[in-house]
Amino acid sequence: MSKDTEKKGITSWIDERLPVFTFINHNLRDYPTPKNLNYFWNFGSLAGVTLVIMIITGILLAMQYTADTDLAFDSVERIMRDVNNGWLLRYIHMNGASMFFIIVYIHIFRGLYYGSYKYPREILWMLGVVILLLMMATAFMGYVLPWGQMSFWGATVITNLFSAFPVVGDYIVTFLWGGFSVDNPTLTRFFVLHYLLPFAIVGVVALHLVALHQFGSNNPTGIDVKSDGDTIPFHPYYTVKDYFGLGVYLIIFAALVFFAPNFLGHPDNYIPANPLQTPAHIVPEWYFLPFYAILRAVPDKLMGVLLMFAAVAVLFLLPWLDKHRVRSAQFRPYYKQFYWLFFVDCMILGWVGAMPAEGIYVTISRAASIYYFAFFLVIMPILSRYEKIGELPSSISSAVLSDKFDKGTESYAK
Amino acid sequence: MKKTTIQAKKETSKIDEEKRDFLFVTTAGLAIAGGAATAISLINTMNPAKDVLALSTTEVDLSPVEEGQSLTVMWRGKPIFIRHRSQEEIDSASNVSIENLKHKATDDSRVENPKWLVVVGVCTHLGCVPLGQKIGDSKGEFGGWFCPCHGSHYDTSGRIRKGPAPLNLEIPPYKFVSDDIIKIG
Repeated sequence: MSKDTEKKGITSWIDERLPVFTFINHNLRDYPTPKNLNYFWNFGSLAGVTLVIMIITGILLAMQYTADTDLAFDSVERIMRDVNNGWLLRYIHMNGASMFFIIVYIHIFRGLYYGSYKYPREILWMLGVVILLLMMATAFMGYVLPWGQMSFWGATVITNLFSAFPVVGDYIVTFLWGGFSVDNPTLTRFFVLHYLLPFAIVGVVALHLVALHQFGSNNPTGIDVKSDGDTIPFHPYYTVKDYFGLGVYLIIFAALVFFAPNFLGHPDNYIPANPLQTPAHIVPEWYFLPFYAILRAVPDKLMGVLLMFAAVAVLFLLPWLDKHRVRSAQFRPYYKQFYWLFFVDCMILGWVGAMPAEGIYVTISRAASIYYFAFFLVIMPILSRYEKIGELPSSISSAVLSDKFDKGTESYAK
Repeated sequence: MKKTTIQAKKETSKIDEEKRDFLFVTTAGLAIAGGAATAISLINTMNPAKDVLALSTTEVDLSPVEEGQSLTVMWRGKPIFIRHRSQEEIDSASNVSIENLKHKATDDSRVENPKWLVVVGVCTHLGCVPLGQKIGDSKGEFGGWFCPCHGSHYDTSGRIRKGPAPLNLEIPPYKFVSDDIIKIG
C-alpha cells in the first residue's frame, strides 16, 4: 500500500479509489505461476480469446441477420454477397465455433491428464463443465439460424430428444418449439438465446478465473507450489508464451477461414430449410459427434437420451470419482494408459457418430460407449484405491532440475 | 520484492538489450498493424452494403403529372418531392428579392427546367417530412411546403422562408434522360 501511494499521477489517484491497476498487477503481472507449465496451458487463454472473437463477429453479424423463417436464409446469403467483408465475418464466426470446441476439448483433456480437477480445484472444474454446456447450447442454436436443411432438421432432431421423457416429454417439446413444429417462434427464440448465452458464458468464465486464481494453475507434475522458487511472475513469462501460442493458433484459424471455410460444415446447409423433406444423411456438427454416437448406440429412446446427457454430466462428478491423491498422469502408470485409451475412445465415438447407424458401426459405437462410461465409473474409482505409485519429486523445482525425472519431463517439453 | 523477480533482473543483464528492443518493437508493430487491419475490415461491414448502394439511382416518368400536381418518389429511402409548377408558382419563386432570403439562392439555380422542381422532401431543421404534397395539405405561408414539426415554411422553390430550418430543401443530383423522364442519383 505504501508503495502504491508513493506513485504519482492519475494512475495512483484512480487506483486508490478503484483498484483496477492493483487488480491487473495481481492477476496478470506479479501473479505467481508454476514455472514448468507446458504448451497445453495455453489453451485457457486461447479459449478466452476465441470467446471474444465470437462475440465481436456475432454482434456484427446480428446487425445484418434477420430471424424470420422467410428471410433468414436469404439474409445469410446477403451477408455472403452484399455486405462489405460479410463473407469474412460469417466464415470467422462459423469456423470460430469449431476452433472454440477444438480449444476447449484440448483444455479439458489437459485437465483430465494432469488431474486439474482434483482438490482444491473442484469448483474450478465444475464451472468449466458449465461453460461447456452453455457452449453446446449456444453452438446448437447458432447452427439453426441460417435456416438451411441441416439447421432445420438438426433443430427438429435435437429438440425431439426431450420427447423421450415420459408424460412431460411432448409438453416440453411443444414448449421449446413455441408451436407444433420447428417454425418461426422457434427460430426467433433461438436467435435471442444465441445472442444472450455468450454473455452468460462470459460471466461463468469470470467465476472460472476467480476460482483459478484462488489456488493458481495446476502444473505438469501436479505437485503443489511449495516456495517462491517454484513460480515465476505471469508477466512477462506467460504473457509472452500465451502471445506466441496465440500467433500459432491464429495462423491455423486463418488458414481454415481463408482456404477451407466450408471444410467442417455440411453442404446440405446451403439448401433452404424444407419441412417436407429430411436430408438422406443427417449428422450434427463434428463437435457433437461423440455424444451423438452414444445416443445412437442405445436401442432404447429414453436410455439413449439419458446416457447422452450423462456423458457430459459425469464430468461434474469427476473430482469424486477419481480420488487418487496423485494428480498428474505422469506419475500414474496405469491411469496414463487408460487415459490414452479413453482419448482414442472419444475419437472412435466421433468417427462412428459421423457414420450411418447400421451394421458394424452400431457394434463399435456400443463398445466405445461402454468404455466411455467405464473409464469414469469403474476404472477411475478402482485406480484411486489400488494404483501404486513410485516416489514423487519433492517440489516442482526438483522435478524440473533433477536428472531423475528427465524422462518424465521429456514428453511434454517438445 | 520477490526473489524470483530479482533473479529475473539478473538474467536480463546478460541479454542483448538491442536485440530484445528490436524484437519488442517489431512484435508490437505487427500486432498493431494486424489488429488495425482486422478492425477496419470488421467495422467496414457496417458501411452501406452492395444491395443498399444498388438503390442509389431512381428513374421517374413525369408524363402523368399534370400542371399543379405533385409526385413523391423514394430515393435512398428518402422522399423526393417533384412538383409540376404552374406559371404563377414559377413567377412567385423567381420574383423574390434574393437579399431577403435566409439561404440565398435564385430559383434558376435550383431547377433544370423551370416547370419541374425536384427537391429532397426532408426538412433541413431536424429531418421531418414537410406537408404540401397532398391535396388539402397546408402549403405554408409561401405556397410551397410547411413542416409541421417545428413550423418551417418553404416557398415554391423549396427555399426556407420562415421558421427554424437553416437551409433550403436539398436538390438531389438528377438529370432529364428524355423530356418526360428524370434519373435521380
